[in-house]
Amino acid sequence: MDIIVCVKRVPDTSEADVKIDGSGKNIDLEDLTFDINEWDNYAIEEAILIKEKVGGTVTAITMGPEESNEVLRRCMAKGADAAIRLTDDAFEGSDGYAIARILHSAIKDLSFDAVFLGAQAGDDGYGVVGPMLAEMLGLPHATLITKVDLEDGKVKVHRELEGGLEEVVDINLPAVLGIQTGINEPRYVSIMGIRKVAKKEIPVKGLADIGLSADDVGEAGSKTKIECMYIPEVGEVAEMIEGSPDEAAAKLAQILKEKGLMG
Amino acid sequence: MEILVLAEHRRGELREISLEMLSKAKEIADKTSGEITAVLLGQGVKDFADTLANYANKVLLIEDPKLENFNAEAYQKVLSALIKERNPAMVMIGHTAFGMDLAPALAVELDLPLATDCMDLEIDGDSVFAIRQVYSGKVNVKVSFSGAKKCMVTMRASACQIAEDMKLGGAIETVDSPLTEDIDYKIFSGYEEAAAGEVDITQADILVGVGRGIGDPDNIPMIEELAEAIGGVVSCSRPVVDKKWLPKDRQVGTSGKTVKPKLYLAVGISGAFQHLAGMNGSDLIVAINKDPKAPIFAAAQYGIVADLFKVVPALKDKINELKGA
Ligand SMILES: Cc1cc2nc3c(=O)[nH]c(=O)nc-3n(C[C@H](O)[C@H](O)[C@H](O)COP(=O)(O)OP(=O)(O)OC[C@H]3O[C@@H](n4cnc5c(N)ncnc54)[C@H](O)[C@@H]3O)c2cc1C
Ligand SMILES: Nc1ncnc2c1ncn2[C@@H]1O[C@H](COP(=O)(O)O)[C@@H](O)[C@H]1O
Repeated sequence: MDIIVCVKRVPDTSEADVKIDGSGKNIDLEDLTFDINEWDNYAIEEAILIKEKVGGTVTAITMGPEESNEVLRRCMAKGADAAIRLTDDAFEGSDGYAIARILHSAIKDLSFDAVFLGAQAGDDGYGVVGPMLAEMLGLPHATLITKVDLEDGKVKVHRELEGGLEEVVDINLPAVLGIQTGINEPRYVSIMGIRKVAKKEIPVKGLADIGLSADDVGEAGSKTKIECMYIPEVGEVAEMIEGSPDEAAAKLAQILKEKGLMG
Repeated sequence: MEILVLAEHRRGELREISLEMLSKAKEIADKTSGEITAVLLGQGVKDFADTLANYANKVLLIEDPKLENFNAEAYQKVLSALIKERNPAMVMIGHTAFGMDLAPALAVELDLPLATDCMDLEIDGDSVFAIRQVYSGKVNVKVSFSGAKKCMVTMRASACQIAEDMKLGGAIETVDSPLTEDIDYKIFSGYEEAAAGEVDITQADILVGVGRGIGDPDNIPMIEELAEAIGGVVSCSRPVVDKKWLPKDRQVGTSGKTVKPKLYLAVGISGAFQHLAGMNGSDLIVAINKDPKAPIFAAAQYGIVADLFKVVPALKDKINELKGA
C-alpha cells in the first residue's frame, strides 16, 4: 500500500499571547514555536502503522517554507520513505481551495493507493483541503476518521459523528482519508532519529514544476479573502479571583462553600 | 436572492443545526429581501418537512431509499443537480460531521467559494462576509468571497440562536430524486455507539474537567483527589482521551458528552468551542488556567489565572479544611 500524507507546519498558540501583525490579516508569528499540525501527526502515524503491517511506502508532502523541512524530517524519522516540499513565493496567501489545488497538481501524476490528511489544520481550521483534493482527483473520500481497516481493494473506516456516535463506511481505493485525533498513539522521535535522516534529500518543487501559473495560486487563485483578523471582544468575562495561588484557592473554596457546592 | 439551507437529520431526528441555520437565513433574507428554501433529503422524513416549513418560504423534499443514511457522495450528486438548476445566491450547510464530509467537495464541483465553520454572517450592501475563528478560538477573521455573487457557507453548531417559530408557512414541494444508481464506491454500513463506561458524567452534580494543561498522565491523580474532596467526578477535554490518559466516556464536548452539572471546574482547558458546546449549560463554571487570554474565561463566571499545579493542591486542602470546620 502506497500512501501519500499531507502534513502542515503550524504555530503553537495554545499558551501564547497572540497578537495581530501590521497587515491586520495575520497574527504575529515572530515569537511562536511551530510543530507538525496535531491531526497530521496522527495521519502520518496511521500511514506508517499500515506500512509496517502490509508493506508499501509512505511519502510525506507539504506546502510550506524551508522551515517545514523540520516537519518532513520528523515524518521520515518516524518511518516515511520520502518527502516532497512545495514552495514558491506565489503560494503565499493561498486559501484552502488554493492549497488543495497546489497539492493536487503535485500529487495527480504520482502512483498511490491512498492520500491521508489531517481532518483539519489547527491554525486556519478550514477542514476543507482533504475533500477538495479528493474532488479534484476524482476520488472518493471520508473525513473525521477514527479507525482504518484494510480490506481487499477497499478500506473500512469509522467516521466520528457527534455525541460519541460513529458510522462505519466502506470506501474503494484509491481514496482520500481525513484522519481525526486519537486514532492511534503517535510515536515519539528522538533527536538521534532525526539526525539519522538529516542528510536525506527533500525534493523542492515550485509553481512551474507542478504546472500551475501564478493566477492559480496565492490570493489570485483563492476563492475566499481574509478581510481582517482581530482578537475577539469577550463580552462578559469571568470575575477573576486575585491573589497568590494559595489566596485564590482559599477564596474559591469559600465561594463554593457559600453556594453549597461542596461534597 | 434565494438562500438554500440543507436540513440535517440523523436516526429519525431533525438536528438543531437545521433550525439554527434557518434562523440565521431569515436575518439575511430580511436584509436582502431574500427567500429561504430548506432542502430535505432522506427516506421517510416527511414529518420534518412540516417543522421546516415554519422556518422557510419553501421546502424541497426529495425522498429516496438511497438517501436513507447520510452518504456525502449521494448527497453531493443530489445537491449539485438541485443547485445547478436553482442557482441560489447562498448555500448553507452545517459544520458538522455531515457537512464537513460534504461541503468542500460540493463547493469544488460547483465552483463556489466556501467559508467553513462560520459563527456569523454579515451583510454589507450586496456583499456577504463570514465571521470565523482561527488559532483555536483566539482570533476572529472576517472573510469575503472575493466579489463572487454566489457562495457556500458551513455554520458552526450552536453559533446561531433558534428563532421562535418563524411562521413562514412555506409550501412543501416534492422533487424526484435524480439518483439513478447506487453509489458503490462509498457505502454506509452502520452506526457504532460508544461503549458505556463505569461512570456516567452526565449524572454528576459536580465535575472537575481536566485538559491538556495537566501535561502528564501521572498528574491525573491530583485532579482525582480534588474531585474527591469536592464530592465530584473527573471529566476531561478531548486531547486527554486522545492520549489515553482517561477513557472516552469522560470526554465532554461535541464528540463526547453534553453535561449540565451544578458546578463545572475547568482545569487546564483552553475552551475550544467543541469543548464549550458540551458544558456551557452548566449552572456555574469556574476556570483555572495560566493563560489570561484563554477563551474558557469568556464562558466562566469565576476564573483564576495561575499555574494549576499550585492552585489545585491548595484548593483541595482548603476544601477539606472548610468541610472539617
Ligand atoms: C470534529 C472535532 C471534534 C472535537 N470534539 C471535541 C470534544 O468533544 N471535546 C473537546 O474537549 N475537544 C474536542 N475537539 C478538540 C478541540 O478543538 C480542542 O483541540 C480541545 O478541546 C483542546 O483541549 P484542551 O483545552 O485540553 O487543550 P489545549 O487547547 O491545548 O489547552 C490547554 C490549556 O491548558 C493551559 N495550561 C497549560 N499548562 C497549564 C498549567 N500548568 N496551569 C494552568 N493552565 C495550564 C493552557 O494555557 C491552555 O489554555 C474536537 C475537535 C474537532 C476537530
Ligand atoms: N500547506 C499544507 N501542506 C500540506 N498539507 C496541508 C497544508 N495545508 C493543509 N494541509 C492538509 O490538509 C489538512 C486540512 O487542512 P485545512 O483544510 O486547512 O483545515 C491538514 O491536516 C493537512 O493534512
